[in-house]
Amino acid sequence: MAGLHKSDVKNPVLNWIDTRLPLITMVQKEYGVFPTPRNFNYFWAFGALAMVQLMVMIATGIFLAMNYTPHVAMAFDSVERIMRDVNFGWLLRYAHSNGASMFFLIVYIHIFRGLYYGSYKAPRELLWILGVVIMLLMMATAFMGYVLPWGQMSYWGATVITNLFSAIPLVGSDIVTLLLGGFSVDNPTLNRFFSLHYLLPFVIIGVVFLHVVALHITGSNNPLGIDVKTPQDTLPFHPYYTVKDSVGICAFFVVYACFVFFAPDFFGNADNWIPANPLQTPAEIVPEWYLLPFYAILRAVPSKLGGVLMMFGAIAVLFVVPWLDTSPVRSAKFRPLYRWFFLLHIIACIVLGMVGAHKPEGIWVLLGRLGTAYYFLHFLVIMPLLGKLERPLPLPESISVPVIRRGGGPLPTGAAAKPMEKV
Amino acid sequence: MSATAEATGHSHNGHGPDASKRDFLKLVAGAGAAIGVGAIAWPLIDSMNPSSDVLAAGSIEVDLAPVPEGQGITVIWRGKPTFIRHRTAKEIEAAKAVKLSELTDPQADSDRVKPGHEQWIIVSGICTHLGCIPVGNKPADARGDFGGWFCPCHGSQYDTSGRVRHGPAPANLAIYPYTFVSDTKIKIG
Repeated sequence: MAGLHKSDVKNPVLNWIDTRLPLITMVQKEYGVFPTPRNFNYFWAFGALAMVQLMVMIATGIFLAMNYTPHVAMAFDSVERIMRDVNFGWLLRYAHSNGASMFFLIVYIHIFRGLYYGSYKAPRELLWILGVVIMLLMMATAFMGYVLPWGQMSYWGATVITNLFSAIPLVGSDIVTLLLGGFSVDNPTLNRFFSLHYLLPFVIIGVVFLHVVALHITGSNNPLGIDVKTPQDTLPFHPYYTVKDSVGICAFFVVYACFVFFAPDFFGNADNWIPANPLQTPAEIVPEWYLLPFYAILRAVPSKLGGVLMMFGAIAVLFVVPWLDTSPVRSAKFRPLYRWFFLLHIIACIVLGMVGAHKPEGIWVLLGRLGTAYYFLHFLVIMPLLGKLERPLPLPESISVPVIRRGGGPLPTGAAAKPMEKV
Repeated sequence: MSATAEATGHSHNGHGPDASKRDFLKLVAGAGAAIGVGAIAWPLIDSMNPSSDVLAAGSIEVDLAPVPEGQGITVIWRGKPTFIRHRTAKEIEAAKAVKLSELTDPQADSDRVKPGHEQWIIVSGICTHLGCIPVGNKPADARGDFGGWFCPCHGSQYDTSGRVRHGPAPANLAIYPYTFVSDTKIKIG
């Protein structure tokens, strides 16, 4: 019995289990006493929101799959049957479709939080990369999920995106045939998209697990972007952040419920209520809002292969952000110049989203190219240069010093105000 | 040290107003969370109950007018074979005359038909032994020694009231819930 872990659990049955499989001890360590910076703002709740929403999507998805038929002749009707005949089917469907939009909203805010506060900087580079992998998996899952109702937009969106791969020289069209399982988007495509759409969320769970493990090794970042120096800088995760995240979750559910119950078709495209017709292209082929910026980048360049490379490049550039940003300061709170560029970046992403929703004509062409240009400029030029050129504000000594000083108590001995902390 | 107490977040009031306030808050929060979980779980689970199209197919109406005396039809109700036989006067007499003590599963014929409609016997078409479908509805079928139905799998025999008279079956053919919508139309289920 030498190698067995000594469990502190009081209940004898649970102690027996915990000695052999220390789940209780693990949860107490990772989510109970885990020292968490005391200065989190609500932007730090979005990781928890994302995890909750992943579970909601999987639960609604599994029950939807009990009633969905992945065959071109029956898919559309099976979705209508869910909406009309299955008990609470309308709720499951609307929770799942609006839930996808909510999931992306949460994850985009979570990513922008990371970019603003420098959460991608050492030692959290791998944590960031795992996050980008999760985002990619989410995009693939959402794309395939949208095809399943087999409406006009489902069919034509699938056609456009699978045709992208024909831009690859030499092997492009063979790859497309392999993906489609045929010569056009048809039953084999729908079937395999259903299988993969059911599979990928569980792959996402795996990567999320790695993402949280990586986080627990380095510890969380915080709004000041400075390291935790003493236990006084932290609070136990439970009850402080379990309760704060619960407040966040309740607030999120209110927003989610507003969409599901009062505006369930807000994000929907009217064309998807028309059953797929391979002989008729809709007037405008548009993906869901969360894919629009990438769609805009794809269409910004007049070359087919160029557009594909730019679109994948827009995601690829995210992987190397930890090495693109040269600033020794993590949080944009202390980077007065960078904050303006960050705001510009958000504006560029929103503009790209609007461009993606419109036909590539008139002013939208120019805006699309400007947005794309700024997107890449921000990552490839501004991030590397600004780090070297910018003069950051002085960093505070520690996370708790601004708090404790107000209440009294002496400065820690030997601590002179340090203007910059080497990361 | 106020700093330490602040950092660890513990208060030393194990009893008194602060503790009972905390207990109350924990109780209310816990109850709210339980209600929330229930409100989310119920639609998920209820979606597995029969949907309205399945429930609609769960009731069928059958027109009895085309069934002549002495013959029977088989309909499917809720996925199960259901025998409908138009009994002759002799068959009704024979069914009524049987002594209850002779029956494997005693039940009076009047309990198995609707008053005023004794010529119609409507029973499950599933043998109560191991689930085969007995023969006897088609004119050419064997009906067994008791004029009702005969199960070819293991030899169970049923009379004109669908009661088991011989063979390994332990119970009479089941009576499904039905009502007479008019003299010539029934609604099963």
